[in-house]
Amino acid sequence: MIKSKILAALVAFGLGTTGALAAGGGDAHVEDFAFSFEGPFGKYDPLQLQRGLKIFTEVCAACHGIRQVAFRTLSDEGGPQMAEDQMKAYAAMWDVYDAELDEDRPAKPADKFPANTGAGAPDLSLMAKARAGFHGPAGLGINQLLKGMGGAEYIASLMAGYTGKEKEEAGTTLYENTAFPGGWISMAPPLEDDLVEFDDGHANDLHHMSADVAAFLMWTAEPKLVTRKHTGFLIITFMVLLTSLMYLTNKKLWAGPKRKA
Amino acid sequence: MAGIPHDHYEPKTGIEKWLHERLPVVSLIYDTLVIPTPKNLNWMWIWGIVLAFCLVLQIVTGIVLVMHYTPHVDMAFDSVEHIMRDVNAGWALRYLHANGASLFFFAVYLHIFRGLYYGSYKSPREITWIIGMLIYLVMMATGFLGYVLPWGQMSFWGATVITGFFSAIPLVGDTIQSWLLGGPAVDNATLNRFFSLHYLLPFVLAGLVIVHIWAFHSTGNNNPTGVEVRRGSKAEAEKDTLPFWPYFVVKDLFALCVVLIAFFAFAYFQPNYLGHPDNYIEANPLVTPAHIVPEWYYLPFYAILRAFTGDVWAVQFVSFITNGIIDAKFFGVLAMFGAILVMVFTPWLDTSSVRSGRYRPSFKWWFWLLVVDFLVLTWCGSQPAEGMVPVISLIGATYWFGFFLVVLPLLGVLERPLPVPATIEEDFDAHYPPKDADASAAE
Repeated sequence: MIKSKILAALVAFGLGTTGALAAGGGDAHVEDFAFSFEGPFGKYDPLQLQRGLKIFTEVCAACHGIRQVAFRTLSDEGGPQMAEDQMKAYAAMWDVYDAELDEDRPAKPADKFPANTGAGAPDLSLMAKARAGFHGPAGLGINQLLKGMGGAEYIASLMAGYTGKEKEEAGTTLYENTAFPGGWISMAPPLEDDLVEFDDGHANDLHHMSADVAAFLMWTAEPKLVTRKHTGFLIITFMVLLTSLMYLTNKKLWAGPKRKA
Repeated sequence: MAGIPHDHYEPKTGIEKWLHERLPVVSLIYDTLVIPTPKNLNWMWIWGIVLAFCLVLQIVTGIVLVMHYTPHVDMAFDSVEHIMRDVNAGWALRYLHANGASLFFFAVYLHIFRGLYYGSYKSPREITWIIGMLIYLVMMATGFLGYVLPWGQMSFWGATVITGFFSAIPLVGDTIQSWLLGGPAVDNATLNRFFSLHYLLPFVLAGLVIVHIWAFHSTGNNNPTGVEVRRGSKAEAEKDTLPFWPYFVVKDLFALCVVLIAFFAFAYFQPNYLGHPDNYIEANPLVTPAHIVPEWYYLPFYAILRAFTGDVWAVQFVSFITNGIIDAKFFGVLAMFGAILVMVFTPWLDTSSVRSGRYRPSFKWWFWLLVVDFLVLTWCGSQPAEGMVPVISLIGATYWFGFFLVVLPLLGVLERPLPVPATIEEDFDAHYPPKDADASAAE
């Protein structure tokens, strides 16, 4: 029974356009972007996250939500670090449903981004952790250990990976994309050169914007990344110290029985 | 077998005597700490303390996680994100708990393979070994139940596939599966009971661990030579052993620190490396992931499960003689559980008169082949069952059973073991030669 259900689901999955949800894999090409948050000491670049937020707001948010993210966190240390009043003004641009009032009202810092399911597009809060850009070799996972999971790289490559070819399938337009598993995605190319203007005049070609929005989505998926690495560094420093002392204690203790004293 | 002779706790002051007559708890702690331990234990004897640490880590982080988690299909996924984003250091708790499970299994596999190599399962330590296997089974159940709780895609589909094993049992399979799930499919009732059991089993585990320790404290530790500690007198035993405190406590804690450096490096710098990206997508019964893969620590047995497909002649033969009652699916499930069951019988399958693999020249090769087999099966389990993978899995599964059911019984008869040292002291002195004065005094 279960087997037939899985089979039915697989068939439905294969035919449906929800194929966009499939985990990354196969022969898709994912470029290894050099993000500032990579490596043991890497941090988010607040300005890049702010640019990413702008791209998300003006482009992605038309179809996608980031419902796990609270507006207040836009001002958090280790995030986009927006000024408090700026963040409040930004939140107020959004309408959220208030259960007590039973109506929509402008969002406050404590609110989360509203869910956006209208277009059937997936929520992007965790997308950068729900995809792996790197695989292998031979299923051994060594690339992920060396380069990282590659979720942000996958998103950036997807944004920049449209070839311009289209095809119709079962009444849906599919777009060819070199980063997408299977090669054809139902999402129309969302970004193009000069689509979003930045106040500081930062480069807004497709490649830069792809990286910016991917970095922003990495932050929405892992907002504590900077704290995590900082804590990790302290813990490992402490453990190395403790281990050294334990080594010396152990050596001295065993010197007697081992006749090394 | 009598215990190893050693000093026992003697209550001296009035209050000590008063307490000792009513509850000999100090005596219990004292005797546990000073237990004579073979002084030649090597670094493979440290995994026990790592495992004890893991159990405590999982229980402590788990109890705090429960304070913020909601076991409901509509809220579980979001409550985990609440832990990751809003709870103070919630992200650390969750990453330590998730990676803690991996450390737990990593350590238990090294612990089990150490036991296999040095013959720690052999008489008189069969009970310790069997309790250990029970611990391992409960660990597997606990890990599986816990993986379902975040209610991601792999949680849901993993639960669907694993509980599906039970539906393979002839006649009563579907009934058992619905009983386990609390309904016809994985749903809220499933999540609730899995949560309840995931909280319960670690305490069962703690109980089993106490019995495991009790058992090997009764027989004494095995050691790399496999030679027993001399027990004729306290003086004789002291030549072979050192008290657990402080010698082995300090050594074990040092080793634990080294292991923890690697563990923290994982938990804080690559926390999602051992997880599956799909589990960051909320469970959706309508969308099946492209590849349903269990956590890495189940992979060897998952590979054995998948190895026995309908086109394997052994499967066809069994299906024929049982008139189809044991079909390919049920055969696979039996093989998977059988792969663990054969390990339980190791004490009686190994016919060798020598305990430690160190003095068994042929056994060594077969043992290391088993380790390679284990790693290859792990890889097979992670791959889609296509191309060469089913063939390699089948060879791997065959060797797994072959090692326990054929190689171990035969080796005891065919192999010529090397000479074994007469005492632990002799082995220890070979590594750490006595100084001249001591040596002449000893002779």
